[in-house]
Amino acid sequence: MAAKTIISRPIYGALSAQPGKHHLFIADAEGALAIVDMAKTAPPGFFDGAEIVFIPGPDGKHVAALEALKPAKVHAAPSFASLLPRLKQTLTNAHMGLRLYLSGTEGLIGQAMQVALEAGIDHTSMQTEHRGSLARRMQCVHCKGITENVTTQPATCSHCGLLLLVRDHYSRRLAAFQGVCINAEDRSEIPPVEEAFP
Amino acid sequence: MSTGTTKLDVVVSDVVPVNELVTRFHFRRRDGGLLPTFSGGAHVVVEMRDGERTRLNPYSLMGSPLDTREYTISVRRDDVGRGGSLFMHRSVKPGLEMVISYPVNLFSLDLRAKKHLMLAGGIGITPFMAQTAQLAGEGGNFELHYTCRTASLGTYADVLQQRYNRRIRLYHDDREERIDLDRLLSTQPLGTHLYVCGPAGMINWVRDRAASLGWPPETVHYEHFAAPQPGLPFDVTLAVSGKTIHVGEQQSLLEAIEAAGVDPPYLCRGGVCGQCETNVISSDGKFIHNDHWLSEEDHRSGCKIMPCVSRFEGKSLVLER
Repeated sequence: MAAKTIISRPIYGALSAQPGKHHLFIADAEGALAIVDMAKTAPPGFFDGAEIVFIPGPDGKHVAALEALKPAKVHAAPSFASLLPRLKQTLTNAHMGLRLYLSGTEGLIGQAMQVALEAGIDHTSMQTEHRGSLARRMQCVHCKGITENVTTQPATCSHCGLLLLVRDHYSRRLAAFQGVCINAEDRSEIPPVEEAFP
Repeated sequence: MSTGTTKLDVVVSDVVPVNELVTRFHFRRRDGGLLPTFSGGAHVVVEMRDGERTRLNPYSLMGSPLDTREYTISVRRDDVGRGGSLFMHRSVKPGLEMVISYPVNLFSLDLRAKKHLMLAGGIGITPFMAQTAQLAGEGGNFELHYTCRTASLGTYADVLQQRYNRRIRLYHDDREERIDLDRLLSTQPLGTHLYVCGPAGMINWVRDRAASLGWPPETVHYEHFAAPQPGLPFDVTLAVSGKTIHVGEQQSLLEAIEAAGVDPPYLCRGGVCGQCETNVISSDGKFIHNDHWLSEEDHRSGCKIMPCVSRFEGKSLVLER
């Protein structure tokens, strides 16, 4: 569980069944287990009106566990980018009464939240639960490029190559943590690189 | 005193009967200048100097926020109330100089909404007059469902229909027309916010159905000014100012505190805003909580009271005031 350091640093809860007419779950990798755990206390029939969109991790696990919950639909997708048009379509056609549940890595939660915010769902109205890797999605504040799956501190920008301090300063709008040049005064100064977000 | 607000010296520029129960009052600044900007849903507290007695009642501003040359309020006459509306109807004439508070908005639009769904009951229509004018000016997406007892008591229904045509839906109690609430709430596009203003029963019904149908609390906005209810008189000790006061049958606790020369903060005087929240030091008796501010837990604890609308019955009450 990520600790709260500054106000923009997101904190996540545990998924819980909300009143609603339709339930849309978006999860990646071990995020599936958050849904399975939530199902233990969900009211009977809860999954009849549920759709689960799942991006399996490299191990390909958990699809069967989600299917066992017997939701109205399980949709496995290879990546977040590949399911984006479909997700936008679903939200565009949705009505009030749809509840959103996001679980898995911060990158997945953040990007799904970004789309849902644009569709008019308040971030406080979404259920979130962090599971799995602590890897961060980072925006370089200098070149604005996004680097996915950052696990080290500092980290190198995959676009401009600057060495960046990965801050806890988070942008919901960009769904990314901010990375700021760590050695702007003297680029030859290279601080030790640590595995900070395993 | 009203927190963070300055008073406005105004003159009544017009008094217009709207129907058998409702009269509209227009206020302009005495110095002829523009009034402060406000947003749809805002209210002002009107000071009514009625002989010895001063009443302070909140009323929603119903004019367009785009026009601050005047403020307008509509007052429904309540023949069995505490007398504020009767005073307005009987004693307030064009040319009368009055004092009102700066506008305060506890029922504002959430402008991030994709659509605004408004439900009004009776005189609860007034904040929506300003909100619809504000949204129409910005090309906003709204729909208003308005329930009234009869067509002749459908205050401003004609004006609204003329202005906004099919965005306005009317329901008349005497024609047995009822909102199909579940259907209405289930067919709104994602990103809709709900606003409800009307009698307490209506607000509770709408909030309850919206919650059951999966509307997150952040999307449900409501305003209900609880008028202070009369009740048995009681005595209160104000520990900080060292005074013992008597609260009359028709008086609110807040009014009695003010009459004793103590100036607690307030904004809405209707149990909504939380400004006048007061700690209870000791009590022996029963609280009659009428506010929408404190949690149920606070109500049960007997440690806090909202003096604008709540009362007390019993032997003794000591407040930190």
